[in-house]
Amino acid sequence: MRAPLSWLRDFAPIDGDVDALVASLDDLGLMVEGVERVGEGLGDVVVARVLEVGSIEGADRIRRVLVEAGGDPLEIVCGAFNFGAGDLVPLAPVGTVLPDGTEIGRRKMRGVTSNGMLCSGRELALSDDGEGLLVLTGVAGVEAGAPIVDALGIEPDVVFDITVEGNRPDAWCMAGVARDLAARLGLPFSLPEPKVRSAGPAVASLASAAVEAPDMCPRLTVRVIESVAVGASPALIARRLTMAGMRPINNVVDASNYVMLELGQPTHPYDLDRLGAPGLLVRRARPGEALTTLDGVERTLGYPGRGLGETGEDCIICDAAGVPVGIGGIFGGASSEISESTTRVLLEAAYFDPMVIARTSKSQRLRTEASARFERGCDPLGIDRATDRFCELLAQSSRDAVVAQGTLDVRGELPEPITITLRTEAVNGLLGTGLDTAQIAGLLGPIGFGCEASGDEALAVAVPSNRPDVRPAPHGIADLAEEVARIYGYSRIARSQPTWAEPGGLTERQRMRRRVREALVGLGATEVWTSSLVDEGDDATVGVVARPIGIANPMAQDQGWLRRTQMAGMLRALSRNRDRRQGAVRLFEVGVVFSEPTPGRSSGERSGPGGAQEAFLPTEGELASVLLAAEGDDARVAVAALEAVADELRLSGLKVRPPEGGEALPGLHPTRSARVLSGAVQVGTLGEIDPAVAEAFGLEGRLGWLELDLGLVVEGGVVPRREERTRPISRFPSSDIDLALAVDDAIPADEVGDVLRAAGGDLLESVTLFDVYRGPGVDPGRRSLAFRLRFCAPDRTLTDHEVGALRAVCLEAAERQVGAVLR
Amino acid sequence: MSGAVPLDLAALESATERALRAAETTAELAEAETSALGKRSALAGAHRSLGALDEEDRRRVGRELHELRGRMEALAAELRRGLHERERAAALEADRLDLTEVVLGDLRSPIARGRTHPVTQTRDALEDVFVAMGFKVAEGPEAETDWYNFEALNMPPSHPARGMYDTFFLELGEPETIVLRTHTSPVQIRLMEAAVREGTLPIHAVAPGRCFRRDTADASHLPVFHQVEGLVVDRGITFGDLAGTIEAFTAAYFGPEVHSRLRPSYFPFTEPSAEYDITCTICLGAGCRTCSNTGWLELGGSGMVDPAVFLACGIDPEEWSGFAFGFGIDRCAQMRHQIPDMRALVENDLRFLRQF
Repeated sequence: MRAPLSWLRDFAPIDGDVDALVASLDDLGLMVEGVERVGEGLGDVVVARVLEVGSIEGADRIRRVLVEAGGDPLEIVCGAFNFGAGDLVPLAPVGTVLPDGTEIGRRKMRGVTSNGMLCSGRELALSDDGEGLLVLTGVAGVEAGAPIVDALGIEPDVVFDITVEGNRPDAWCMAGVARDLAARLGLPFSLPEPKVRSAGPAVASLASAAVEAPDMCPRLTVRVIESVAVGASPALIARRLTMAGMRPINNVVDASNYVMLELGQPTHPYDLDRLGAPGLLVRRARPGEALTTLDGVERTLGYPGRGLGETGEDCIICDAAGVPVGIGGIFGGASSEISESTTRVLLEAAYFDPMVIARTSKSQRLRTEASARFERGCDPLGIDRATDRFCELLAQSSRDAVVAQGTLDVRGELPEPITITLRTEAVNGLLGTGLDTAQIAGLLGPIGFGCEASGDEALAVAVPSNRPDVRPAPHGIADLAEEVARIYGYSRIARSQPTWAEPGGLTERQRMRRRVREALVGLGATEVWTSSLVDEGDDATVGVVARPIGIANPMAQDQGWLRRTQMAGMLRALSRNRDRRQGAVRLFEVGVVFSEPTPGRSSGERSGPGGAQEAFLPTEGELASVLLAAEGDDARVAVAALEAVADELRLSGLKVRPPEGGEALPGLHPTRSARVLSGAVQVGTLGEIDPAVAEAFGLEGRLGWLELDLGLVVEGGVVPRREERTRPISRFPSSDIDLALAVDDAIPADEVGDVLRAAGGDLLESVTLFDVYRGPGVDPGRRSLAFRLRFCAPDRTLTDHEVGALRAVCLEAAERQVGAVLR
Repeated sequence: MSGAVPLDLAALESATERALRAAETTAELAEAETSALGKRSALAGAHRSLGALDEEDRRRVGRELHELRGRMEALAAELRRGLHERERAAALEADRLDLTEVVLGDLRSPIARGRTHPVTQTRDALEDVFVAMGFKVAEGPEAETDWYNFEALNMPPSHPARGMYDTFFLELGEPETIVLRTHTSPVQIRLMEAAVREGTLPIHAVAPGRCFRRDTADASHLPVFHQVEGLVVDRGITFGDLAGTIEAFTAAYFGPEVHSRLRPSYFPFTEPSAEYDITCTICLGAGCRTCSNTGWLELGGSGMVDPAVFLACGIDPEEWSGFAFGFGIDRCAQMRHQIPDMRALVENDLRFLRQF
């Protein structure tokens, strides 16, 4: 909201340094996003009358304009087209320095001399409008030759651009900002007390008012003003609207907007004679009911949306005959718009249920100054002051206007007045302050809360009707505490640091996740962050058959689904890096992937309105995926990477096994891939990326891949951990025995190793596979596995005889259990 | 061979010395020692010939021979030291490696370490600060129900504040009841519900995690981003505690010269609510372009847990009070590392990632 300082001063004698005012506003929660100084440096600018407009030969973007500003006619070259002969426009004569520092000189363009410049509102820093000239025709009291500051009543001013929080509808107007500021600065504050002379007939004889949907519109008021002359607003009104960012239209519409900006109450003026039947009726829109709004757009109402709470219940304003003339609280209809010929004005001022306005505003994608205020909650009792003020302003700009007597006032159930018992201790307990009861009353009183002593150390606080954000107790105690803190100053509240006995810490999962990352970084891998939102085909490209979960309202098609795997994202990241000549790399990612809710099993989540329903959330798995693309990387390196991670996490007993029944693992090389098993549970996969998949991402060469399900690996006791107890190191020398065993291809090498390990017993320190051989000397269908067995006793040097015996035991076990043949 | 030939000790000594000194390597010296001082040397021969001398001569010459051998052995030792030193110097020289010329690309990993993502680094660092302050680290799902993401946080359907969160809805059953969480605040509800269910109040936790908003990516926003949430629910927790906790965290993470301030703001799930700013990390408060000359940068939102949120979770707001706060992890990373465009975080260009 743009708030001119001069307007704020109507309500309180606010003064002082602008920076200090900005600091005060910020500290009150009225965040100042910008400060603009207007009306400075306009002393030389005068009002000029356009006498003649002509084209310049060979130029179609500029024209020759002859103006008169109290002296001889002047020739000006101008690039604007929004005016004609007879209009009044601002002229900066030669020598003027504009607010932005531009000095106007005499210039010659296309053979025409320009003796000054005709100005737009932006050039004069009077408005944001830089499209055309600031046309002053019709503004009351403006004459050619007058200094513009006199003609428009311009005084140097400061405009604060303020962001008002959603819970402060009361502050979304000049009076509201001034009220807060006055309270903070200890200044007196007063609202305007409009004086209206009602002289005409009774309003009931001119119009009717009825509400069929009192739940949507708990209060509707109608006033009528006759003998209205529609014309330009007085300079002060026009200027203030302009500074506040609204374009002056005519004295009727401007008065309505002015009242809204000043007091926060939107009103809507209708041309009474253009209503089908005189009067207003408020009701629910029927499904499919259509209406053309002031912007010329036809809008269809009454259809439910697909969103939660989008019931399709829209509130419409109709004429007395039931024909729609506006969307309640949001936008007026075109049919009854105020025009130059309007003489009788019907003014609607109502209070709407904020939720209704929010719902319709959302479903119609229509947010207006009015809807934004109504959906936050206007003051249902502030309507009378606002309509009085409208009548007063209109009577000032249209001298002959006659205000009909009385107000049609249809009331349903308005919000109940709230009184909260506020214990001083509760405020101090919540804020950590040491305020006494009188201090609290002194902070709340100036912003409109009625404070009465209520027993010892407590106040009975009456909440004003313009503060819908303050709820009944117990919630209201927190709401009032915020008001106390706000006016007192957040920065003045002493800081303390709470302490507690419980230690902080990470969960097992979080610690393990960090160690996985550590292990992978140790392998030279760099962590990437690929998107959780993917293209529908991405998962299929990497062999994931199941359809991903879709997003109902994606931003783009290629971000319309939840990923089931990180493979596509990581291959793409690799591809992109290779394009940038960063090819020999290892990448990893740790993150969430999504799959369907487990069927038939409620996750017991609370859902929709009231949390009543059960919901089935998607299953979220956390994967650590590694893409090994350094020089020489392949499936074997993936196995080494698994070893490194398992070692870091102290995982034991993980087995690498080929896919069952020769079925390919998603995205992986069919003959160079494997599952990672813990017992019968698959906790991951590894191998090489299927060359065809790699090709789909424009990648060549062998690419190692390792994927581990972190949930399975670190939680739930699926994977046993290496015990933490240590074994003493033997001081005696160890002895190595090498065994080259021909073993059937079907038997995994680690199984042979396990057999040897079990047979060797406690004296076997380690078993290491150091060579694999297929070829002459070994039967087809078998390969030779060369193991090195290292024996060591804790208490002695093993004799050759003992080692020989152990070797025999191991060999015998291998022969018997896995059919190994010593080579 | 009867002693007729008198021993010429001086000649023997000079011959022996010559032989030893002729050696140019320790190996040659060892050979020279063998031939000049060993069993078959002239010196040994001279010893053997002593027997032919008379008692007195034998004793005298024997002593002289002994002294001569001593001198020769000392000489050999000295020569050996010198030669050894020379040989070691030559070997070290031969092994010389100019460490400014190492071609790292020739080395096989894992000599080169990888990197964690800057967002991970930032998250870990933030977690560590909070853990040290006594917070536990909690997590929650990225796909949430409407209840956890909105309603329990005091935002019923059609609440205008929902407009602040552009939400992705999932195509699962009922319309718009399952969403990608727009903030980490739903973890607050999960923590409070669990604490009530298990009787484990109080709560002192932070919850980092990934969030989603239907915003177009730009230099300071990503549709997929990370936040950290803080929640303390205990007896006697005050707004002053909130301010003090934020100040302590700010100093611990950003450094002692960075401070915090709270400004009144509005969030449906806190009351009183506050936006919090920190000293501009670029100019340290002096005023610069980054902070629009205010000296402050907006970091996040905070406030005292709203009674409506407590009641939705079954916690008595008369007995318990608490505060909550939240801010962007990616934004912290951006501020700390002065990353001009946040989109660099998701581009996964190694030239960028390797800088962390």
